[in-house]
Amino acid sequence: MQNSRHSLARSKAPDRRGHFGVFGGRYVSETLMPALIELEKAYAAARRDPSFRREFETYLREYAGRPTPLYFAERLTADLGARVYLKREDLCHTGAHKINNTIGQVLLARRMGKKRIIAETGAGQHGVATATVAARFGIECEIFMGKEDVARQYLNVLRMRLLGAKLRVVESGSNTLKDAMNEALRDWVTNVRTTYYLIGSVAGPHPYPMMVRDFQSVIGKEARRQIRATEGRLPDYLVACVGGGSNSIGLFYPFIRDHGVKMIGVEAAGAGISTGRHAATILGGEVGVLHGSKSYLLQDRNGQVRETHSIAAGLDYPGVGPELSYLRDAGRIRFSSATDREALAALKELSRTEGVIPALESAHALAELLKLAPKLKKNQIIIVNLSGRGDKDMGTVGEYLEK
Amino acid sequence: MNRIDAKFSELKSRGEAGLIPFVTAGDPEITTTLKILRSLEAAGADMIELGVPFSDPMADGATIQRASERALAGGTMLPHVLALVRRFRRESELPIILFGYYNPIYHYGLARFAADARAAGVDGLLCVDLPPEESAELRRQTEKRGLYTIFLLAPTSDEERIKLVARLGRGFIYYVSVTGVTGARRALEGELQAQVARIRRYTRQPIAVGFGVSTPMQAARIAAFADAAVVGSALIDVIERAGRNGRKASQAGAFVARLKRGIKGAKRPVSSF
Repeated sequence: MQNSRHSLARSKAPDRRGHFGVFGGRYVSETLMPALIELEKAYAAARRDPSFRREFETYLREYAGRPTPLYFAERLTADLGARVYLKREDLCHTGAHKINNTIGQVLLARRMGKKRIIAETGAGQHGVATATVAARFGIECEIFMGKEDVARQYLNVLRMRLLGAKLRVVESGSNTLKDAMNEALRDWVTNVRTTYYLIGSVAGPHPYPMMVRDFQSVIGKEARRQIRATEGRLPDYLVACVGGGSNSIGLFYPFIRDHGVKMIGVEAAGAGISTGRHAATILGGEVGVLHGSKSYLLQDRNGQVRETHSIAAGLDYPGVGPELSYLRDAGRIRFSSATDREALAALKELSRTEGVIPALESAHALAELLKLAPKLKKNQIIIVNLSGRGDKDMGTVGEYLEK
Repeated sequence: MNRIDAKFSELKSRGEAGLIPFVTAGDPEITTTLKILRSLEAAGADMIELGVPFSDPMADGATIQRASERALAGGTMLPHVLALVRRFRRESELPIILFGYYNPIYHYGLARFAADARAAGVDGLLCVDLPPEESAELRRQTEKRGLYTIFLLAPTSDEERIKLVARLGRGFIYYVSVTGVTGARRALEGELQAQVARIRRYTRQPIAVGFGVSTPMQAARIAAFADAAVVGSALIDVIERAGRNGRKASQAGAFVARLKRGIKGAKRPVSSF
């Protein structure tokens, strides 16, 4: 463990071909390879360009409303016995951290001269964030969303329509995020010359996992600065939910080399990992290849991708970003899980103690907080990434409350 | 000698282009696929591309997606596909190429796959989501066993990629004639012939053209400049529409026989590879 941490601090991941150790890479059809190479070059140039960075930072500040507060949750702290801070990504424009990445990628798409943007979405937050920024820049936008998610996240469907995006309802497989991504990839391979594919998580082929991580790491950079300003030191724990992994890597990444900071990724245990109805990829999966990268994957004994279940549409995905698999195997991130029931309880708890209604996705991280904090000392510090707000989930939550 | 090489030299000596039908193994169940394979051979197929079903066929259009779903619903997995090839090998020397996605093969274990596939009588493998850059692990195993790894080229591939595929691929190069997913289309892109000529500047390997081939006339046009035509979705359509399983094999055979006549009528330059 000591050795792997040492090498982690020195290694530069991903490598030139997008590998994070044995994970990552580019597993796509030949038609898309040139587009990915073009994207990689365009992103490398943009990353070095101070005017691109300035533009990105300006839109984060003026449009998305950053920096988001690092909020000291006083009542939770009193109840739980460790010092609890919430990184308030729910206060971003559109209501979740997703906008950080969509601003970055839409600016990049515009630089590349792309006239059309497509995206997949699960909870609808990435779809809304994409439709929002596409509207801001007057770019044609189509969002792929599974039929089941359309039903359970209807508020976000209405928002996307209002923002002028065309919604493509996907009816195949489990009718969720995985299938939306399959369909978005089919569209991209057909329209690759004119279309920019805006992936919303740290999944997919290189350079997406790296690029989305870079755009999302604004979360951790701010949190690091903020906690040092208020507490005069770094936190003991970072906690974030993990579906594809974008909000977690966004918070964790700037702390990777701070070895005193422990990191916990919380996966969706659905009805319970032992029932098989869950979406806990790292805890319940094996290494495989899906949607362009090698990573942990929920699959059956024949290598077919398994159907997943989570109350949180944004976590209902059988894959996980390759860098998270890498950091877990290197011993840097510990993974735990929360069931649907635990997430709902945590959602209620935060609503009643702090007056903040979290998204069901973020509620998984809060469920871990409720388990972890009572075991810690009073002066230990935990930062939870409150990745999104819960308005979109009121339909789902209502159904459960009535039961 | 790999059966793929033997077939291409036989075709060359006859001055003909080959016809490679694609069928999804286990659509709708494996015994029907065996009958279809027999019928395709009788109809003049030169090789077979046998689709290995996958839960997430993201490079495929609606037709092959449905075939894959039917096969999975019937429980056809990679070990059954290998058993089918083993069974067919008792009666046929037709080259067989497995066509599918990387994960089922990766999960099976690459060394085990290469050994079992070769023992069953598989000649080549084409994973649509495995570009040459990620193929080293797989090729180490397949090359040891004499199993060919075939790669795709697309209209978007530049010179550098053509060279890469020419260097690492074995057996033949599969040229994807359109930018898009698999599926029968009415017209083929006009620049196809020029694209194939461009690839030939970098390789002496045979070139097969696929994606969107559906009529005898299209097959004949491709046969005029390529070394083989692959027909997939159009054949799956025929099999899907044929209704009762008993008729699927005979109708698939009749369709492929018509395509074969189209190819035989094609005017070919004396030596194209």
